[in-house]
Amino acid sequence: MLPDLGKYAFEVTAAYGVSLVLLAGIVAISWRQHSVARRQLKEIEARKDG
Amino acid sequence: MSIWEYANPLKFLNWTTKVLPWVAGCAAVCVSVGLIWGFFFTPDDYRQGSTVKIIYLHVPAALMAINAWLMMLVASLIWLVRRHHVSALAAKAAAPVGVVFTLVALFTGAIWGKPMWGAYWAWDPRLTSFLILFLFYLGYMALWSAIEDADTAADLTSVLCMVGSVFALLSRYAVNFWNQGLHQGTSVPVATGERTVADVFFVPLLISMVGFGLMFLALVLLRTQTEIRKRRAAALIARETT
Repeated sequence: MLPDLGKYAFEVTAAYGVSLVLLAGIVAISWRQHSVARRQLKEIEARKDG
Repeated sequence: MSIWEYANPLKFLNWTTKVLPWVAGCAAVCVSVGLIWGFFFTPDDYRQGSTVKIIYLHVPAALMAINAWLMMLVASLIWLVRRHHVSALAAKAAAPVGVVFTLVALFTGAIWGKPMWGAYWAWDPRLTSFLILFLFYLGYMALWSAIEDADTAADLTSVLCMVGSVFALLSRYAVNFWNQGLHQGTSVPVATGERTVADVFFVPLLISMVGFGLMFLALVLLRTQTEIRKRRAAALIARETT
């Protein structure tokens, strides 16, 4: 399945592996913070209205 | 209707909530297609071998690392001139995304540099200015965290952003200014159109660049929404306690 990367297999797979982890990390952190902020604001607004 | 009305926090939340799924979806498709095409379905370069596949990560990440800072500069100037809070929050929201793109560009550049140049790092003008840009990103984020008053933080980080813009521009044009160092000039010059990349590599690279741009946009919109909600929550809590 993987293409033949020859003698540079380590360099190419490391570049893709580390980059994808970093990109997935910022997406996951941003999404998590977004969900927490939305839930907390809803709770505060509900408390204020109630 | 003025364009500035879209910067009203409530209106911003409304229109970005509608737009965000489309931007995020297009970003996911473009990044996936660009990287899968580049990794699995492009040939090796006759000189660089399979390391040419790193281009699909390195170039879009470096491009967006610089563009993210320039976007922060525009948002900071809008804050300083017009005092739109959403613009200051958008600049704040963009910084962690920019820092990740900078890290990706630095890491992929280093790991590409070792087999091609014989060194992970060289104190070349372009690389050095890019590293300084990375440090400016960290300083910018630290400054936001260090100052309690939001408006003062926005003022000071805007000034820092203007200073750091010198290095954002230097990292893009250092090769032209000094004409020295290991790093090559741009392979895709927008102004002249005389690119040095063959179509077989260029098409997936272009898709990946578009994908990284859309990914940046989606993350900035999402993170700006988060910052607006956090500020609104803090204001409501402050009102409850007084």
